[in-house]
Amino acid sequence: MRVYGLHAGLIALLLALHFVLPAYHHGNLARVMVLASYAMGYNLLFGYTGLLSLGHALFFAAGMYGMGLGVQHLGLSPAPALLAGLGAGAVVSAGLAALALRTGGVAFMIVTLMFAQAGYLTVLYFGAYTRGDEGFVIQQAQRMLWGIDLSDPGNRYLAALILFGCCLMLSLWLVRAPFGRVLVAIRENEERVRMLGYDVFAHKFAAMVISGTMAGAAGAAYGLLFGYAGATFASVQYSIFPLLWVLLGGAGTVLGPFIGTLFMFYLIDLSSGITTAYMLIAGVALVLLTLFAPQGLMGEVRRRLWRGLP
Amino acid sequence: MITPKSGLKGTTRRAALKTLAGAAAGASLPLWARYTHAQTAAPIKVGFQVHRTGIGAAYGRWYDRTTQAAVKLINEGGGINGRMVEIVAEDDGTDPKRGAEVVEKFANQHGCDIGFGTLFSHVVIGSAPRAGELKLPYFVVSEGHHVASGKLNRYTLQPGITDVKSQVQAMAPYVAQNLGRKVTMVFPDFAFGHDHRDFFTAAIEAQGGEVLEHIAIPPAETSFTKYFPKIPRDTEVLYHVMVGPAVLTFVKELGEFFGGQGPALFGFIDSLEAVAIDSPGLEFLENSYFWEGMCRHRQPDESADETFYREAVGVDDRGASVSDARDVSTYAHMFGCWETLHVVKAGMEASGYAGPQDRAALIEAVEAMTDMPAGRDHPQGAKRFNGKTHQVFGHQYISQVQGGQLVRVHTTSIEDTLYPDEVDYTTQAF
Repeated sequence: MRVYGLHAGLIALLLALHFVLPAYHHGNLARVMVLASYAMGYNLLFGYTGLLSLGHALFFAAGMYGMGLGVQHLGLSPAPALLAGLGAGAVVSAGLAALALRTGGVAFMIVTLMFAQAGYLTVLYFGAYTRGDEGFVIQQAQRMLWGIDLSDPGNRYLAALILFGCCLMLSLWLVRAPFGRVLVAIRENEERVRMLGYDVFAHKFAAMVISGTMAGAAGAAYGLLFGYAGATFASVQYSIFPLLWVLLGGAGTVLGPFIGTLFMFYLIDLSSGITTAYMLIAGVALVLLTLFAPQGLMGEVRRRLWRGLP
Repeated sequence: MITPKSGLKGTTRRAALKTLAGAAAGASLPLWARYTHAQTAAPIKVGFQVHRTGIGAAYGRWYDRTTQAAVKLINEGGGINGRMVEIVAEDDGTDPKRGAEVVEKFANQHGCDIGFGTLFSHVVIGSAPRAGELKLPYFVVSEGHHVASGKLNRYTLQPGITDVKSQVQAMAPYVAQNLGRKVTMVFPDFAFGHDHRDFFTAAIEAQGGEVLEHIAIPPAETSFTKYFPKIPRDTEVLYHVMVGPAVLTFVKELGEFFGGQGPALFGFIDSLEAVAIDSPGLEFLENSYFWEGMCRHRQPDESADETFYREAVGVDDRGASVSDARDVSTYAHMFGCWETLHVVKAGMEASGYAGPQDRAALIEAVEAMTDMPAGRDHPQGAKRFNGKTHQVFGHQYISQVQGGQLVRVHTTSIEDTLYPDEVDYTTQAF
């Protein structure tokens, strides 16, 4: 109960912040919530199942382009476009899971990385539809969801909060359900789980599809809320970002992805005002964290303050 | 006992409130006194979205220098409407996501009057929707066709640099008449290359020429030898627009393949911006032709205004930094920052711009502009602005490499660069 209270409390806090934050931070937080949803999807696979993917940008981009191309070329309105994005994330992650899960460890990293790179090049190759690296704008008129203008800052924030809240609660419920316990067990000792009679492949497959669908939902929402879809979001750095956010915030904690995304966002935002070497500052912060809090910020909270934190 | 006490209490409360209000007003005096003063003396804040890191860093460095030089000149001349111009620079990492965040920072945190200076197309297209939503006039210096194509919005303008469509189509008459009508195009297989492919193919066909072969090079390619056998033997002109670090390899391998016996080479200097034309491996470019937005090497007939500009920015006769001859500028593009800031100045003066409440008036003032004569404000040459498409048009230059020197051989007319309007932004509401 206490656990659900904490997570619902975060959502309530974010809702309260909607009314008090100054415009700049209000906009930032909307963006952070969408990206944190992406990170939460990543965390299900990496933090809980122990599968380190270097290709999640493929799923984020699948969602973004599933939505964006639907709006641009099929004239879809936002609701079906979002579903198309979600569907694209699910289909692409299922396809990749079927292939990549035949491998494990370093091979899994390489296979996911390669597929994501292939996805990136596919976006460039079909430049006639995707406008390749340049990308395309999703116009304000195309972003009216049931009469609600998603380009309005208030609506954008609330839409981001709804996505974030759904992903957070879904993650929390999943990892506390028997299904999630099996994922953790797979992470800890795959052979023993197999010996106990669980279908390891099916669990990994499901984890990857849920993870990819969540990433796809975040990608679709990002395109719709910020009005742009471009190949940059399919590039390798957008596969690395969720890994960093999750590592910073605490892999295998439900709140970690949000904390990590928020921390990294402001670390870059503030340090870029001081020096052009802001990525160096981010790098140093990561090294320090790895040295002194190897389980990430929320991992450290779990270790020191609250052992039962999911 | 009770009545006088309550009366006394009431009086005290009122007096206390008055005193408090007076004290608050007094204490905050510097704040509101400064605010009324701000109407006339606070600087005009120009949010400069600069590619300091990422793939656009070399361009960003020179865009920065040009911008600083232009602002210095404007401020020495009394600023804009009597107010100094202050540059608020933010690095966008040449990334569209960060670009959009930076635009938000300009509008919501720094309180900038305008956003300015973006070059790379994907950053412009990723940032422009946010600029439109935040109602921040967004002056890009990108040479992309995205503004004039109608993809963006009323708040996004490109008044200081011509777009790729007009540049490419203006090359076709010269190429057809002087170099040949049978062209093979080699271009990177992404949006920038596709623009060249589409616009030039149409333009050369209009001149009675044809493109024999389109050779698209995948973005991650590092060696090009295997593509050269695809070049048809009867090719008269090889049109190339490779970009990024691979360009040096590309030119070297191309030279080795043809051994000086191949078709005429025509390229866009974009490939070699910030690269010295006499770099090792580029000898093969001797006698080849380049589009230049502005002539990097000083021409014998250079105008006094361009000489002034060259000195103000700190560029020598070969287009390198006066303090470091190895630091070659992005000369064919960076004038756009200088000219854009002067257009902003003219627009703010014409609209009597006093603050963010006048942003719409500023855009209308720029939309009303047409001919911009060559001069200190426009050292690259005369321009013609199209208020409907928010895009400026101007002369283009073709140079030939002669003895390691870029020598201008042709100047297009502005008419050569015009094409029918694809959008009318003035019909969009603010």
